[in-house]
Amino acid sequence: MGTVAVQGLRKSFGKVQALDGVTLDVPDGSFFVVLGPSGAGKTTTLRAIAGLEKLDAGSVHLDGRDATGDTPAARDLAMVFQNYALYPRHTAYENIASPLRARRCSSSEIAAAVERMSSLLHIERLLQRRPAQLSGGEMQRVALARALVRSPRAFLMDEPLTNLDLKLRVEMRTELTRIHRSLGATFVYVTNDQVEALSMADQVAVLKEGKVQQVGTPTEVYERPANQWVAGFVGSPPISLLACHAEGDRLVGADGWTLPRPRWTTAEDGRALLLGLRAEDLSVEQRGDASLSGELYGLEPLGDRTVVDVRVGTEILKVKARPTVTGTPGERLHVTVDLDRAHVFDADTGLSLSEAGR
Amino acid sequence: MAVSVDEAVSAGPARGRPPAARRPGGRGRSVLEVALLTVLAVVMLFPVLWMIETSIKENRDVYAIPAEFFGFTVTMDHFKDVFVAPDGGRSALSVAFLNSVLVAGASTVLATVLGVPAAWAYSRFALKAKKDQLFFILSTRFMPPVVVVIPIFLMYRQVGLIDSKLGLILIYAAYNVPFTIWMMKGFVDEVPAEYEDAAMLDGYTRLQAFRKFTLPLLVPGIAATAVFALIFSWNEFVFAIFLTSSDSVRTAPPAIAGLIGGTTVDWGLVAAASVVFALPVLVFAYLVRRHLVAGVTLGAVRR
Repeated sequence: MGTVAVQGLRKSFGKVQALDGVTLDVPDGSFFVVLGPSGAGKTTTLRAIAGLEKLDAGSVHLDGRDATGDTPAARDLAMVFQNYALYPRHTAYENIASPLRARRCSSSEIAAAVERMSSLLHIERLLQRRPAQLSGGEMQRVALARALVRSPRAFLMDEPLTNLDLKLRVEMRTELTRIHRSLGATFVYVTNDQVEALSMADQVAVLKEGKVQQVGTPTEVYERPANQWVAGFVGSPPISLLACHAEGDRLVGADGWTLPRPRWTTAEDGRALLLGLRAEDLSVEQRGDASLSGELYGLEPLGDRTVVDVRVGTEILKVKARPTVTGTPGERLHVTVDLDRAHVFDADTGLSLSEAGR
Repeated sequence: MAVSVDEAVSAGPARGRPPAARRPGGRGRSVLEVALLTVLAVVMLFPVLWMIETSIKENRDVYAIPAEFFGFTVTMDHFKDVFVAPDGGRSALSVAFLNSVLVAGASTVLATVLGVPAAWAYSRFALKAKKDQLFFILSTRFMPPVVVVIPIFLMYRQVGLIDSKLGLILIYAAYNVPFTIWMMKGFVDEVPAEYEDAAMLDGYTRLQAFRKFTLPLLVPGIAATAVFALIFSWNEFVFAIFLTSSDSVRTAPPAIAGLIGGTTVDWGLVAAASVVFALPVLVFAYLVRRHLVAGVTLGAVRR
């Protein structure tokens, strides 16, 4: 068992409202990612679950039981810290053994558990070293081993991969997913990296300024962003947003372009809208009915693909194209739009208007 | 720009690199540095040397005019007089030294035991008006002892702490606690709070987390802070002379001062007592010198 539920968390630091009514439900055994930019309150949420932060309001339920006032020790959780927080005077072995020592396990149990963890994470050679003698990646593994050595209710991870170099990060991503599958335990994982969120999560909660913007599977968050901000935060290159309004069966851009109005938009005529177009739903190579004309602004070759920046009026559209695409800045071109996959947001509230009929 | 003394006074140009090109006028400046440091050392060390010399001179050599720097008869009689009374028992000075050890030691231990947890609390917890509280604590050190000694004298007389070692221990601890809190808070700030967070998630209580994981990292800081507190208590004169009167309670500073002022002054004894008085602090400072530097330069290397 390992469900984590937080209800209406509020916490302010001085004048800064870090958490503004955060409510999350983490199902047992899920890989739950809390995604958001820095300062969104992700770490505070995690620390609140762990019992390290005194809340202004709200409750934390673990396995359905109210644990709001419990000490961190009583909550039976394990955490991996962003800076690893390995005890500097202790060897890797002692660091990993610490949760078991705190629970007065016998030394033979401890030895067996540490051995199991070190072979799982391939750190057998490092056990007698101190944190200062470990590289970042090695420290990360030791910190992970210290969390995994017990079988707590849930594992809390605070941006554990942020301080690793890119190659190691990709490697650890796969490894964490593997560990999660083999343990079947509940993971609450905090990150500001949307790639981590989309690739590892069963469920993603997107957080901004202490408020939950959307909770859903990675596909839901990507395909059906609840608002303009989520659409902009999730996805790389970022979604292009064009100001427009509806007029009969057309969408008319602020810069004068027109597109057929998608069937599923409910907005009345004249309401200020934002049309959200993801790079992969745009094309500069095929001609279709729905297209915008603009001029080539720049090319970003990324190896497997090239992102073409197209200027439409005063706005820049990011268009995904084959890596072989060429062109000179200033050149006129047409961007074909897959309107079935476009998003429409209310320009004032930012809320999605695409949901109905989709 | 650090230039070692060897470099500054070495004869001839240094080999392998152009001496003047790197820092024009560098040589002249470092000669000046050495000269100033020499003058400073002479001014600072002369009274100390004079004290040591007087302590091992016979009385007639002490008063010799012109003063004899070399070639006098060396005697250890004054040091014997510091510890042994003329009748063969313990001298009043030796009792005073023991009192100093007790008072300074106990007040330092008390200040450390009270101040370190307080510093930890001020570093780790969100408290109301934390800055004001810390300023208030520091402000108790603003007034020199001589300003508050009369009211304290009156209060001590009421509660019966006058002329007692406990009274001195308490007042020295009260003076050292604010200092300990301020200095130790700097050290605690340097230790990431995550160690304690991690320990609490491991299953320790908050206090266990502090004791097992943070406290060991604070030992150098505690040593440096305690030495400063010890030196204050050891050297303190004003409270000691106002609040104590009997020989059995008096600490060394007023006892040594008491040797001066009769019709004849035994300068040899005064000097020997002063040497004995100065030694423990020097030894302590030497033992913890690395930590002292760490304590003094704290904040210079912010991460």
